[in-house]
Amino acid sequence: MAEYTLKIRRYDPESGEPAYWQSFQVDLPEHMSVLDGVLQARNTQDGSIGIRCSCQAAICGSCAVRINGRTGLACNTKLSEAQKTARDGEIVVEPMGNFPVIKDLIVDMDAVHWKKVQRVVPWLLPEGDPPEREYIVPPESMIDVTQTMACIHCGACVGACLALEVEPEFIGPAALAKAYRFVGDPRDAQTEQRLRDLAEDPHGLYECTHCFACVEVCPKGVAPMNQIMRLRRKATDDYGIKDPNNGYGHEKAFVDLIERYGTLHEAQLLPRSYGQGSLIRSQIDPSSIKQLAASLPTAINGIKSGKVSPKKALFHPKLPDQKHIRRIYKEIHSKDERLELNLYIVGESGEQEGAMAEGSQES
Amino acid sequence: MPQHDILVIGAGLAGQRAALAAAEEGASVGIISKVHPVRSHSNAAQGGINAALNPEDSWESHAFDTVKGSDYLGDQDAIEVMCREAPQVILDLEHLGVTFHRNEEGKLGTRAFGGASAARTYYVADITGQAILHVLYEQLLKHDEVVRYEEWFTTRLVQDDDGRIAGAVCRNIRDGSMELFSAKAVILATGGNGQIFNPTTNALICTGDGIAMAYRIGAPLMDMEMIQYHPTTLAGNGLLITEGARGEGAHLYNAKGERFMEKYAPNKMELASRDVVSRAEQTEINEGRGFPDGTVALDITVVPKKRIHEALREIVMVARDFAGVDITREPIRVKPGNHYVMGGVKTDVDGHTPIEGLYAAGECACVSVHGGNRLGANSLLDTLVFGRRAGRHAARRALGMSMPQASEAHLADEERMIQEIIRRERTGRRVSEIKAELGKTMDKYCAVFRDEEGLTTALETVRRLKEEAKTVAIDDKGTVFNQDCLGALELQFMLDNAECIVLGALERKESRGAQYRTDYPERNDEQWLKHINITRGEDGTPQISYSPVTITRWEPAERKY
Repeated sequence: MAEYTLKIRRYDPESGEPAYWQSFQVDLPEHMSVLDGVLQARNTQDGSIGIRCSCQAAICGSCAVRINGRTGLACNTKLSEAQKTARDGEIVVEPMGNFPVIKDLIVDMDAVHWKKVQRVVPWLLPEGDPPEREYIVPPESMIDVTQTMACIHCGACVGACLALEVEPEFIGPAALAKAYRFVGDPRDAQTEQRLRDLAEDPHGLYECTHCFACVEVCPKGVAPMNQIMRLRRKATDDYGIKDPNNGYGHEKAFVDLIERYGTLHEAQLLPRSYGQGSLIRSQIDPSSIKQLAASLPTAINGIKSGKVSPKKALFHPKLPDQKHIRRIYKEIHSKDERLELNLYIVGESGEQEGAMAEGSQES
Repeated sequence: MPQHDILVIGAGLAGQRAALAAAEEGASVGIISKVHPVRSHSNAAQGGINAALNPEDSWESHAFDTVKGSDYLGDQDAIEVMCREAPQVILDLEHLGVTFHRNEEGKLGTRAFGGASAARTYYVADITGQAILHVLYEQLLKHDEVVRYEEWFTTRLVQDDDGRIAGAVCRNIRDGSMELFSAKAVILATGGNGQIFNPTTNALICTGDGIAMAYRIGAPLMDMEMIQYHPTTLAGNGLLITEGARGEGAHLYNAKGERFMEKYAPNKMELASRDVVSRAEQTEINEGRGFPDGTVALDITVVPKKRIHEALREIVMVARDFAGVDITREPIRVKPGNHYVMGGVKTDVDGHTPIEGLYAAGECACVSVHGGNRLGANSLLDTLVFGRRAGRHAARRALGMSMPQASEAHLADEERMIQEIIRRERTGRRVSEIKAELGKTMDKYCAVFRDEEGLTTALETVRRLKEEAKTVAIDDKGTVFNQDCLGALELQFMLDNAECIVLGALERKESRGAQYRTDYPERNDEQWLKHINITRGEDGTPQISYSPVTITRWEPAERKY
């Protein structure tokens, strides 16, 4: 048994008063959870503490809160672990960010979470009538989408999302991860439409800033950001959907430059990014020319600061053993299928035992 | 006053399925849940759902396994219905998009499960309940003509002057307002009552609300003494480790390293029916061959690691987060824990109770398909088959009948009752104290092994706690999300359930299925092959009656695994 102090952020909407802090002393074995602590405070000291909770086993998704600033489920955060990041000896428990607060630790998830989930059309859209028996699908595809199926709608990723803080209209990690559950399902017949819809939405697929916050806080290993990246790859590689941020072009530029030179040819990086990877296209595509012109100040600064010199811009040295790097590229390009390492099925000490093969054309 | 043809109370698998079925028949439907629908405890079901879908399998085989699993207390007509409809249930779910596991040919794959003579359990890793629940909820989002009342707490059922169901009184948890809902039929889908026991695998919301509400208006409760103790739960917090682990090949060992199931079920070993395995474990523990913390060991390391990560991914996390054990490297300590109630509100095969217009489906109902013991992976099936049947039957009955009259006086009564609880001065015990004592008492005297003395002590305790619950006072005087007040109401529901459970256990002087009386250790078909019903009498006291078990093809035989 050990004593802990929980500093809980209280808010009583009927009082007319603003939120305030209230500390509770609880006495529990160390392996017990922060939720157990809050419930002990509620059961024995103040029955008005508001927190959603049900299963106490990280499966119902009710109890997502912020503990010492970190979003997560209260029921699977051990008191002893939380004590390590306690502030002034107190475990701080607050409602999640990004959601309006109803009372104490209870937030309103209707608009910020459920509406967004509904936005991605979260039901299967198969083609035509169902077969007599089951649809036949490759077994790996069901194992693959089980990762996003594991989402318990706790909202932790939404609460922790940095892009959402800045842009509340962003569709968000949970809804986009849910979209992958259908895009990755061979029985769904609206893959392209779904991808196009989410890519073209100004607050959709490309608003994620890939900060990893959602991956870190997800209690079920859904890794929403990874699902978003997979959606992006599918959109650009399989359907040629234009990426409004030039992210695709930028990635391609990087990859091609390393193949050619072994190190990054900075002067070519910008134009290639705007030209969807191609130097030639960058000089003839009107939108690319526009963006190049807009980055003239950056280029001038680069020359002024010595980062790029006219000589370096024209002659970029190749690595002495460049052919070994080229060999790696040749090896990967020779494969028919794009191999995606889905790290969710891992072996001992992180060795990958399971690799998801996605049938798609290599570009 | 909100009005719907059908009012479904509870939005787990049974409730959602009933709502969708009723809507398909053209009825207007309202579905009420005291938590957001995806928080319903159906999401905790891990292992899978049974059906004789394989052409080499047969529904008769599934039905016989279920009958035998029930220790012959199950009603065979209902069991036949369930097993016949099972294959279509699976296919319907798959068509809706459930991400069932596949075999190498891309067809639906199965895993072995307890008490089954063939592998017929279809699954999604070990999150089958969650997967199905979420897919059904997506369908509810799609069918927005079904009105959802999310986070509304139902306090009582309402009847018209002729005793027909007329609706229910519910509280909007968010703002404390109360409404009288008017309906032609009410379908109870409120789940189980595991919170009566401590520890339990059940969530905090499993407080037997619907069972108690039905009981209070005179509906009979059947087989309440049949409480399932699941063989593999974590010591202390009671968390569930799916039977699917044993289905994948895991072994049970005592502290001496013996695979003890050989003594109790030499054929099926770890995959005998749950009551047999739980009794075996408890015997080993009671006779000193368990570990010091009152457990035995479940060794999952015999299952290939890749398979564990694919098919048991949830329990990898549960074991890691709640027990600090890596199940791919070491055995995990488990013991029998409260898990499920086979008993419940008595219904026919269409979910109809003897009270006209009152239906029940899922764990809160007793048809009975599970009799004295439920087979693993039959509960998910039960909720979907009987949820659909109840929804369909209620809707067809509702079309072409007029709305029964519900008196506003009931609403006023409930509002007054709640105000009284909120305003009460503190003279009595706290809700949590009474609940803790109840949980300990039931776990001690009403668990795997029972006897007259223990059960009598339990009954006295429960009755005393019922009295004490009348003066329980709460801290929260507000109206917004007053969870304190709901706790007091749930406590009363729990105590009603507990009283009936203990009475049933005392009444049944034999051992059958999950009920094991050390003072009556044999099964006694001559005197006890019947259901025990408990109905609240006119004077408010529980009245016991019996009803026969329906036998169609399988005469009761000796039950060996």
